[in-house]
Amino acid sequence: MKIIVTDQAGDVHELEGLDGWRVMEVIRDWGLNIKAECGGACSCATCHVYVDPTWLDAVGAPNDDEEDMLDTVGDVKSNSRLSCQILCGEALDGLAVTLAPSAAKD
Amino acid sequence: MSTEITTDVVVIGAGPCGLFAAFELGLLDIKCHFIDILDRPGGQCAELYPEKPIYDIPGFPVVTGQQLTDNLMAQIAPFSPQFHFSRMVNSIEKQEDGSFRLETDADEVFHCKVVVIAAGGGSFQPKRPPVDGIEQYENKSVFYAVRRMEDFRDQDVVIVGGGDSALDWTLNLEPIVRTLTLVHRRDAFKAAPASVNKMKELVAEGKINFQLGQIAKLDGDNGQINHVHLATEAGDLSIPATRLLPFFGLTMKLGPVSEWGLALNDNTIIVDTEKFETSVPGIFAIGDINSYPGKLKLILSGFHEAALMAQAAKKIISPDERVVFQYTTSSTKLQKKLGVA
Repeated sequence: MKIIVTDQAGDVHELEGLDGWRVMEVIRDWGLNIKAECGGACSCATCHVYVDPTWLDAVGAPNDDEEDMLDTVGDVKSNSRLSCQILCGEALDGLAVTLAPSAAKD
Repeated sequence: MSTEITTDVVVIGAGPCGLFAAFELGLLDIKCHFIDILDRPGGQCAELYPEKPIYDIPGFPVVTGQQLTDNLMAQIAPFSPQFHFSRMVNSIEKQEDGSFRLETDADEVFHCKVVVIAAGGGSFQPKRPPVDGIEQYENKSVFYAVRRMEDFRDQDVVIVGGGDSALDWTLNLEPIVRTLTLVHRRDAFKAAPASVNKMKELVAEGKINFQLGQIAKLDGDNGQINHVHLATEAGDLSIPATRLLPFFGLTMKLGPVSEWGLALNDNTIIVDTEKFETSVPGIFAIGDINSYPGKLKLILSGFHEAALMAQAAKKIISPDERVVFQYTTSSTKLQKKLGVA
């Protein structure tokens, strides 16, 4: 499967996603500008992405823990998600996300 | 006048790897002091995921970050390590005799023979909201913590956030401010229910305002804000304000580590894999903050690094002493140190 990631600079990257990996892990392993400091435990919100509106239904809504973490960034939109909480799978082949400013490394 | 402390080893960072270093050093009769920016031990385990399960600590099918921290504290207790919390090491200088002099931002000077950097992802600092130019107002009219309540008396205060810090300071500051507006992106809070109820009562009584939204822009000059602009569902909203308190939690920054003259690689400290020593002899780095070929950022890797580091530190601290490798299971000498024999 593929995921399409637009980074904070506006550059678009097509990444090979692996079934069962978290979207955050794919983005991090490709070396894009994602801090992801808690490593995928839904505990920091530094893997914040905006999901392309056409993919919102397929990705689903954040759960309560994820909403709580989204409170700790100041650039939340209605399509905000933490990419560590999205699992890669065939249903998301072609998923398009944009890295939020608050996901950037220092 | 500075407080002067002399010890064998200063460990910077009291996360799991730093804590376990006190055990390995203790078995070799080496005393250590910890310095940590948080107000309690545990590092990321305590700050980021105290309640989250960890499944890859050998011997523990599952353990939470807080349980692991508590267990490590119990394990190192026989060695009486000393803890200095809520401060940061500003500088490390190597002295002519090979020892080190460290200064903290709490006006302390440490003298030691070995430094162990176990600082994880760096030091925890307040998250800065993504607002252009906010830096110019910081510590003048924008604060990430309340150090002196008097700084807020008779001020027009905007507090942003939905956690306990935001709620607690809303309640604590309300009696002394001129106006107070709590801003949060949604009408749900991750804070003690009693605080949320009290806040809602104050809103109902007209004593404070609550506004749904996110900060978009700040107006002001010479470091003094005069308006906070919010993005809300109804559009932009401008609130007169003389103080802003954003409470978005903490994030890790490498901080002063980058200024200590150590060879770095992408925000990590380069070490060898025999002693986990940095490019400066006598300064070691263990855990998430180091890098070497094949490095895995796992707590268990940090434990291994701590054990090998301790052997090398011993040779620096007691160069003439012959160290016999022993097991805690069979050595009466080690068991006496642990207080079990």
